[in-house]
Amino acid sequence: MPKKPSLPKLPEAEALLRTLVAAMKPHAGPAMALVGIHTGGVWLAERLHAALGLSVPLGSIDVSFHRDDYASKGLRRGAKGSSIPFDVAAAEIVIVDDVLNTGRTIRAAMNELYDYGRPARIDLAVLVDRGGRELPICARYCAHTLAQALPAAQELVLARAGDDVSSPLSLMLKDRHDA
Amino acid sequence: MRDKPQNLQLNAHGELQHLLTIEGLPREILTRILDTAAPFTEVAEREVKKLPLLRGKSVFNLFFENSTRTRTTFEIAAKRLSADVINLNINTSSTAKGETLLDTVDNLVAMQADMFVVRHAASGAPHLIAGHLANIGNRHIHVVNAGDGRHAHPTQGLLDMYTIRHYKKDFSQLTVAIIGDVLHSRVARSQIHALTILGVPEVRVIAPKTLLPSAVERMGVRVFHDMTEGLRGVDVVMTLRLQNERMQGALLPSPQEFYKSYGLTPEKLQQAKPDAIVMHPGPMNRGVEIDSVVADGAHAVILPQVTFGIAVRMAVMSMLAGG
Amino acid sequence: MKIHIQNGRVIDPANGIDRMADVFIAKGRIVGVGAVPPDFEASGTVDATGCIVCPGLVDLSARLREPGYEYRATLESEMAAAAAGGVTSLAIPPDTDPPLDEPGLVEMLKHRARLPEFAHVYPVGALTLKLGGEHLTEMAELAEAGCVAFGQANVAIVDTQVLLRAMQYASTFAFPVWLQAQDPFLARNGVAHDGEVASRLGLTGIPVAAETIALTTILQLARETGAQVHLTRISSAAGLEIIAAARRSGISVTCDISAHHLHLCERDIGNFDSHARLAPPLRAESDRDALRRGLADGTINALCSDHTPVDDDAKQMPFDDAEPGATGLELLLPLTLKWAAEMKLPLSQALARVTCEPARILGIEAGTLSPGAPADICIFDPQASFQVSRESLRSQGKNTSFLGVKLPGRVRYTLIDGHLAYSTAFS
Repeated sequence: MPKKPSLPKLPEAEALLRTLVAAMKPHAGPAMALVGIHTGGVWLAERLHAALGLSVPLGSIDVSFHRDDYASKGLRRGAKGSSIPFDVAAAEIVIVDDVLNTGRTIRAAMNELYDYGRPARIDLAVLVDRGGRELPICARYCAHTLAQALPAAQELVLARAGDDVSSPLSLMLKDRHDA
Repeated sequence: MRDKPQNLQLNAHGELQHLLTIEGLPREILTRILDTAAPFTEVAEREVKKLPLLRGKSVFNLFFENSTRTRTTFEIAAKRLSADVINLNINTSSTAKGETLLDTVDNLVAMQADMFVVRHAASGAPHLIAGHLANIGNRHIHVVNAGDGRHAHPTQGLLDMYTIRHYKKDFSQLTVAIIGDVLHSRVARSQIHALTILGVPEVRVIAPKTLLPSAVERMGVRVFHDMTEGLRGVDVVMTLRLQNERMQGALLPSPQEFYKSYGLTPEKLQQAKPDAIVMHPGPMNRGVEIDSVVADGAHAVILPQVTFGIAVRMAVMSMLAGG
Repeated sequence: MKIHIQNGRVIDPANGIDRMADVFIAKGRIVGVGAVPPDFEASGTVDATGCIVCPGLVDLSARLREPGYEYRATLESEMAAAAAGGVTSLAIPPDTDPPLDEPGLVEMLKHRARLPEFAHVYPVGALTLKLGGEHLTEMAELAEAGCVAFGQANVAIVDTQVLLRAMQYASTFAFPVWLQAQDPFLARNGVAHDGEVASRLGLTGIPVAAETIALTTILQLARETGAQVHLTRISSAAGLEIIAAARRSGISVTCDISAHHLHLCERDIGNFDSHARLAPPLRAESDRDALRRGLADGTINALCSDHTPVDDDAKQMPFDDAEPGATGLELLLPLTLKWAAEMKLPLSQALARVTCEPARILGIEAGTLSPGAPADICIFDPQASFQVSRESLRSQGKNTSFLGVKLPGRVRYTLIDGHLAYSTAFS
């Protein structure tokens, strides 16, 4: 029987969140605007927004309209739409997502942001960089980089224990089902 | 003699291949279209009102019957999805030269079309086109029915459902009344199918007998001939357009008499629930099927219908064109 | 030429025969069934083992599309279809182009059809000029040219006074009048039965009242004039009741239906399948069931193919615009057998509806195997089946809802005046 490759132990999401807050804190100013990517990125952004005490209202992004796999996979079900409640042109935007992998989602998120105007600056904050980049994208703020790349068939996702904004977050692995 | 007629609308995986009629579509598909439309409504407020989903695709508006209004909404929807839109008003060009409908279709297939938006005066024309595409083995081109004869106008039916859901949230407790010329209305047929599929417990039609198709109750509606009775306690009032040529003759004596009995006035509307919404597919005949006071009043959601219509058409097109 | 048909089961409804017997033919006529006639020495034999030997079918309506519509079908293609379908006599409705309203046209048609392997043709002359419902045709001249009856095909005479006069005039000479009962006003723009399916699909309906009102008018005028009326293509249960009541009140009238109407109903329109666009329209299931019973109990005298070849260009259209009609010559026998099997009818009773009964309506010597009758014979294998397809149909018309369907019965041989017009060996 073939042995399953052993997987790295997943870090604590709540601990990583604290790391991320610490990394971003020095840069948090009146122009910093957070936009979370649905769904995990939005949870994370909600926590960051509170922890950093930002004044620009929180935005959220649904990348369905800009995904580059639309032609082969069609429109993703349950698209929620984006909400950008601030003037993009004046903002120093930080895109927030749970996991950075190929970079395609971030590319789609930047395209989506450009539909609202020309941002002054865009940064990226992620909880985990799992490697496997397919586009020239890197995070300015990253709480953890996996030492060992995960198999492509495994998806690393953020989970939230409740519906409340402050419900504890955790990382988990699951099989990709959209393959 | 035959088994069930083949369902051209769904592919082997149960996904939407064409949108020809609402009849026979599973509730899940209708709900998914409405869900998909929701995020598209917000695109109109962006600085860049364009999404790349249909970039590089060619959408042909095949209008065998003139309708600038409907054509424009499809054109806006397709352009917001970045498609190339080609408008063809065919009633004046090729068919006059003896080219058949399917000749026209074959020509457009050869031009690498990706989607046909079809408006035709004859019921069933989009079915004919979709059937022909299946016969020639073309599974690439999607057909959207933009209104065929008296048969169906599915995107109008869907945008009406979107509007109802927007204001009423849930279909399962509603009473809906459709008023006017049901006989000649493709909109009414699509509305009736959509409402019943989505689980509306009571769908009423209110019209004189000359404007109702025979056996209409077999479509799952309650028939009323009296507005006061028919409007009592309804949540949604859907008025229909009365075509000019039908206002006088053997169907109706005069537009005035129609207004007297079936025009939606503030007085008649009082029979409906206080929070009832009033809809109309446009263009309205004020003072015939609807009083201006109602059309411009607090109950009317006629302009939101138009806005939602673009989002619903974007949703349908992007669901069809995606892999 | 003397032919001996061996080992078949002979069904001759006109003579009440249904038994294993041989049939003997000489000089184009039947000379015996069962016992060998004296001095009979066969110059040819036909082996009918496992087959039924019956009179050639008599079809009360087959459009051969000549003159005028040769791009749709020709006499040659449709006569081949008739022979392949076991049809040996057929009546031609007058809606050719131009219509059969002058003797020259009828003579030309009769002349063109005068080949030994062609079925006998019986033109129905136009009752009014150009079927226009205004001026009477020269019926006596047309009768001399070969018309056996006068009618209007599917075209109504709108003016009831003209209808009265036409029936009076025809009855003067004892010419039968064939009429299709459909009120043109109630049927205006109609393309389907005014019922559930038309309402759902948004098609303009033709109410049953279009048939019953026209029937009532025709029957009252038949009573007034004493005209010998044959009603073509009844479509509704209510229509049948009116005919039955008229008969009870002493009006002598015959009627027929088409083979497609015996099996199909409005639901077969499915999603706008223009093959199910017929004239009169396919009606409700209950109407179809009444037609099936009416044909069995004799309320309906005859079953016909109402053969109407329509080319693809005219059928592959939106339902409204598609031309009505179905191909039928090759389906008449299989659809008769299908109906008989489903209704559990004796074959002899079923075959009477396509042989001796229509022959009686036409007033021709056909549809029987009586000694002395023309040797028009259909020999078919009731166990074999006919797979309906564009390839298997010899008619140029491929327009039928039965495409892709397997139907019971396969014609093996067709003899016309003792001449072998069709044999499966040909194909």
